[in-house]
Amino acid sequence: MIAFGTRGGETRRGGADRRVLDEAGTLRAMTWVMAIMLFLTLLAAAAGLGTRQAATALERQLAGRMTVQVVEGSPAKRDTIAAQMVAALKALPQVRRVMPVDRAELTRLLAPWLGAAGADADLPMPAMIDVDLIADADPAAVVAAVRRIDAASRVDRHASWMSPVSGLMATVTWLAFGLVALMLSATAAVVVLAARAGLETHRATIEIMHMLGSTDVQVARLFQRRIARDAALGAIGGGVLAMGVLALVAARVAAVGSDLLGSATLAPADWTILLLLPVAFVLLATLAARIAVLAALRKTL
Amino acid sequence: MANIVQFENVGLRYGTGPETLSDISFTLGSGAFYFLTGASGAGKTSLLKLLYLAQRPSRGIIRLFGEDAVTMPRGRLPGFRRRIGVVFQDFRLVPHLSAWDNIALPLRVAGMPEEDLEQPVREMLAWVGLGERAGAKPATLSGGEQQRVAIARAVIGRPEILVADEPTGNVDPDMADRLIHLFDSLNRLGTTVVVATHDFQLLARVPGAQMMRLDKGRLLDPTGALRYPPPPRGES
Ligand SMILES: Nc1ncnc2c1ncn2[C@@H]1O[C@H](COP(=O)(O)OP(=O)(O)OP(=O)(O)O)[C@@H](O)[C@H]1O
Ligand SMILES: [Mg+2]
Repeated sequence: MIAFGTRGGETRRGGADRRVLDEAGTLRAMTWVMAIMLFLTLLAAAAGLGTRQAATALERQLAGRMTVQVVEGSPAKRDTIAAQMVAALKALPQVRRVMPVDRAELTRLLAPWLGAAGADADLPMPAMIDVDLIADADPAAVVAAVRRIDAASRVDRHASWMSPVSGLMATVTWLAFGLVALMLSATAAVVVLAARAGLETHRATIEIMHMLGSTDVQVARLFQRRIARDAALGAIGGGVLAMGVLALVAARVAAVGSDLLGSATLAPADWTILLLLPVAFVLLATLAARIAVLAALRKTL
Repeated sequence: MANIVQFENVGLRYGTGPETLSDISFTLGSGAFYFLTGASGAGKTSLLKLLYLAQRPSRGIIRLFGEDAVTMPRGRLPGFRRRIGVVFQDFRLVPHLSAWDNIALPLRVAGMPEEDLEQPVREMLAWVGLGERAGAKPATLSGGEQQRVAIARAVIGRPEILVADEPTGNVDPDMADRLIHLFDSLNRLGTTVVVATHDFQLLARVPGAQMMRLDKGRLLDPTGALRYPPPPRGES
């Protein structure tokens, strides 16, 4: 009776199944590998998603902004053209706001380069007009309007100045997602190796199970459960750590107060992706273990 | 009596060595009791391995439960193995499982619900005289006790064929008697029993049992099993 004292109760089934394979070092180690892999994957994914958000925000801001420069030697003529230009631009449906840049302001901006000479009214300085377009407006129409008034005027689109930055951000985004893909395949490889090592460790037990009429799927299930549990433990550990680090980084970014950095925040959809990654990890590990074990068992009688 | 097992010109070669078994032909009748005897190294374990589907023969035909066991696809083997109980010569207990869990394994493999395990496993433990050692791990059991756990595990699933390789090698004569009696009762319930043994004393314990003699990988009686002479009166 004493011998039976330890048994009984509903929780036995899962426990008994798990106990068929005793605790082995290779699988314990896998918990750590999983935690580290997931930690790195989450950071890479967060970096990718954050950069993508920042890039989108930047594009949205810059796409609708341009500066018209009236390059005309005669100050009187220049001012007339500029006034015409302002009136014409204001009339365009694509334009949200027209702001002629104040001459004094321009002089102040150029002072470091031109010194007091910048204040000379005869200095051929272009007149500048900042233009904000409404969302998704076609900039070409605005450019055409400017050209109609004065073909010599230049139009600078801010988006084009920022295009190297946008390009860099796109590269960083894809690099991060590439890293995530690499990590996932490395994880699958680690799991396959762990499952193979586990098969070797438990070969005697598996042979017994086979002789008792276990199917390959039954044996695979033993490993699957173990690896799923170890992966889940690792996923929780790595996930919590990664979220902590991300919260810390988010706080630092907010403290910097930069517009560009500040726009690198994660949207709810991004958080959903980050939360789904650990689940995907565990599923991937389980699937990889199952495939590895079934493949190895198929070679036995 | 229908044949449950049929071997025809079966040969077995391990790797590239010489044939361990040659020209083995015999039939086992359903519900009969067989002893397999032979010197050490004669090939008893090898023959039993073919029988319990742990090994495929190098040549010949093996029919099990009326089906070709040689070309049978892997996927069908588990179903056949569940119909055969095996007592391995080296026991093959799962070392980290208790006696109770080892004995319960075949029932669990067959998918019996946990709540139904308690009774049959406890009965089996009592049958082999290990009611008090249910929680013991194999390493803490004596050789004879491990052997009894192995036997309990082999018979708990009420197999159609019971294959036992030297099942009394590690127990005292009294326990050997009890175990043979257990096999005999199982046989009376319809299980075909095949016991490999060196111990001719055992043969006398089962009246009506038949005997197959193996010598250097060949059956001495090409027709198969011989009926063992009835036990003398007043044996020691
Ligand atoms: N896996 C194996 N690989 C190679 N040779 C083997 C293998 N198993 C058995 N043998 C050889 O086959 C022969 C028969 O062995 P087997 O174990 O069948 O004999 P046995 O009759 O059961 O002997 P015992 O009474 O000692 O158990 C022996 O010569 C043995 O060395
Ligand atoms: Mg042997």
